[in-house]
Amino acid sequence: MKYLDEFQDPDLARRLLDDIHSVVTRPWALMEVCGGQTHTIIRHGIDQLLPDQVELIHGPGCPVCVTPLEVIDKALEIASRPGVIFCSFGDMLRVPGTGRDLFQVRGEGGDVRVVYSPLDALHIAQQNPDREVVFFGIGFETTAPPNAMTVYQARKLGIKNFSLLVSHVRVPPAIKAIMESPNCRVQGFLAAGHVCSVMGVGEYPDLADRYRVPIVVTGFEPLDILEGVRRTVLQLERGEHTVDNAYPRAVRPEGNPAAQAMLADVFEGTDRAWRGIGVIPDSGWRLSSRYRDFDAEHRFSVGDIDTREPAECRSGEVLQGLLKPNECAAFGTTCTPRNPLGATMVSSEGACAAYYLYRRLDITTAPLEASPVA
Amino acid sequence: MCLAVPGRVTEIEDRDGTRMATVDFGGVVKEVCLEYLPDLQVGEYAIVHVGFALQKLDEESAKQTLELFANLGLLQEEFGDPWELAAEAGAPRWADDKDVPQEAQQ
Ligand code: SF4
Repeated sequence: MKYLDEFQDPDLARRLLDDIHSVVTRPWALMEVCGGQTHTIIRHGIDQLLPDQVELIHGPGCPVCVTPLEVIDKALEIASRPGVIFCSFGDMLRVPGTGRDLFQVRGEGGDVRVVYSPLDALHIAQQNPDREVVFFGIGFETTAPPNAMTVYQARKLGIKNFSLLVSHVRVPPAIKAIMESPNCRVQGFLAAGHVCSVMGVGEYPDLADRYRVPIVVTGFEPLDILEGVRRTVLQLERGEHTVDNAYPRAVRPEGNPAAQAMLADVFEGTDRAWRGIGVIPDSGWRLSSRYRDFDAEHRFSVGDIDTREPAECRSGEVLQGLLKPNECAAFGTTCTPRNPLGATMVSSEGACAAYYLYRRLDITTAPLEASPVA
Repeated sequence: MCLAVPGRVTEIEDRDGTRMATVDFGGVVKEVCLEYLPDLQVGEYAIVHVGFALQKLDEESAKQTLELFANLGLLQEEFGDPWELAAEAGAPRWADDKDVPQEAQQ
């Protein structure tokens, strides 16, 4: 247990681990939904500290990874247009679209700017009334409320040259899709803490009941993850399947009602394609009809875009927990963080990148050079 | 981008009818919108995501999380120069890769 020294409170970590070791009697497969949690797990070797029977499966909770190629291509197309200032969070710059990324568009003369907050993009619009300012609004339930507020403000202030290219996704429909997939092995979920800070836990009891799966709201620190695993395993061993909050310091059961109200005003539910996975019904948000004027897709008519995913990339299976990154033939050979084939390798929260970064090269099930590359 | 970072409110003001705060994230100072946490006061901590305070946090947990995020390099990712990070595409972390093709390194 050499990694234990790196924990903030090694004694507590050891106690939690001992507890998990002492209650496990059978194999269990748990999915951590959030890419931030995956990062913590791999970095601290938590998966290796756990009893062999407890397997952690990495979930689809990396917003950068699941943004569909089609939307990336639309972003590239809009960002290339003269007169447009295209604003984005920094982590989208290197996400490959068909053939290029936002970083390259800027190199080719596109006015791509990185902002810390969507409100910064709105300020850029105020300062540049003769330009069209587009903000790339991606992300889960944590990012959607800031983006919703920004569009609300744009309307309130009468700012006409601002729009949102929106591709928001929601966690509960993804959990549903994972549980209904024929190959699903997931028996318990560590739910993403910050998503629940906003949405509360109200959407989870139905899911836990319907699929008889424990759902434990979990934070991001190593000790949070251990505690989440401990509570999930305890439930499984007892045959229970309830919703449990192991992150109460940041998650109230009701979440943030003001944020939820704004989401309901600005957005409406829609089917969304998840990169590598495909369309999940009612799994996302788009601007509601009252805010249609602020929808960049309408403003720039970027409908017909021909997209091509690299055939050898298996990130869809990685995102659904059906394949470990290093079981992909391209992992570490034709696909590396500097030369990524899929978004799960590009995003620092992506599972492929986490495996590469922390040198999980040694536990492949098949020899890399013997694997076919399509 | 996905992780929210805890910070301490040092100043609050009304700007164009919007409640805004100056928030200190362990040394990095940012403007943050308080519309979703209107009761937040100067001196209190909250988890902040892309410039919006989303939930209150007690001081102890906030400090621990900040320290952890700093150690993990996540603060650099959140607040560092994104163009530099993108240009390097992870160079500091993967710089020892001999097998990375030259053309991928520009
Ligand atoms: S290693 Fe690369 S090619 Fe393979 S699934 Fe991950 S991102 Fe796709």
